[in-house]
Amino acid sequence: MKARVTVTLKAGVLDPQGQAIEGSLKGLGFPGVASVRQGKVFDLVIDGTDEESARSQLTSMCEKLLANTVIENFAIEITN
Amino acid sequence: MKSAVIVFPGLNRDRDMIAALTKISGTAPAIVWHQDDDLPDVDLIVIPGGFSYGDYLRCGAIAARSPIMDRVRDRAAAGVNVLGVCNGFQILLEAGLLPGALMRNQSLKFVCREVKLEVTNADTAFTRGYTNGQVIRCPVAHHDGNYFADSDTLARIEGEGRVAFRYADGTNPNGSINNIAGILNERKNVLGLMPHPENLIESAHGGDDGRALFSGLLGQAA
Repeated sequence: MKARVTVTLKAGVLDPQGQAIEGSLKGLGFPGVASVRQGKVFDLVIDGTDEESARSQLTSMCEKLLANTVIENFAIEITN
Repeated sequence: MKSAVIVFPGLNRDRDMIAALTKISGTAPAIVWHQDDDLPDVDLIVIPGGFSYGDYLRCGAIAARSPIMDRVRDRAAAGVNVLGVCNGFQILLEAGLLPGALMRNQSLKFVCREVKLEVTNADTAFTRGYTNGQVIRCPVAHHDGNYFADSDTLARIEGEGRVAFRYADGTNPNGSINNIAGILNERKNVLGLMPHPENLIESAHGGDDGRALFSGLLGQAA
């Protein structure tokens, strides 16, 4: 089973990298960019076919390692 | 004072820390590789700086999940003093031994320079060699030292006197909230700080303002 985990900074947490990218996009002539927030994507292959069990494992993985829940949110998507 | 230095792959300030502990305490620290089973009986556990696991995922994230950190957590709970410097601070945060997180520097640049630190709580094992309000010099060298905590956590650590050091005189190098350079756990036996006191302990370093942190710890154990 394939899964995609997306980790993003929580609202209100300063994202200097996102701000730098936003500045660069504006410099490239994209003046309509109002905001950029940078995140991370993890593509995982999980053994088994039980989607509920996979989601529960992925949630635990996010809480224990993939995301720092002090500053980050995570979203889990089963992709097949 | 008996001490131990925990070493993870990718650290590079371990030798400076070992030299400082040896010179100041007169006894070489035990060097504990992260896969070692035994953490010797010591008065102080130190996690030095560097780039454990190449800063993969998040700074300190992989090292914080090593089995040795369970041992460190047990010792901290038993009252042993634990010091984390720079990447060591990042590891203590990721391990949940200290609250909050360290984010990319606001400037996005790696900063390697000297800063001023105000000692904001001199009533701890780590800071008793200083006085409240004392401003000292200290080097910093990091890319991710921008301390962040949510407003409730921040209010709690400020209210409980758990900010040990603050960047002073406009020298905040990273955008850290409330100019925080180093924080303590609730029991005040775990200190994490971004600056490197081990790199300013003798005249050959150009000053010895960092020395009192170690000599203060030594006084407690003696």
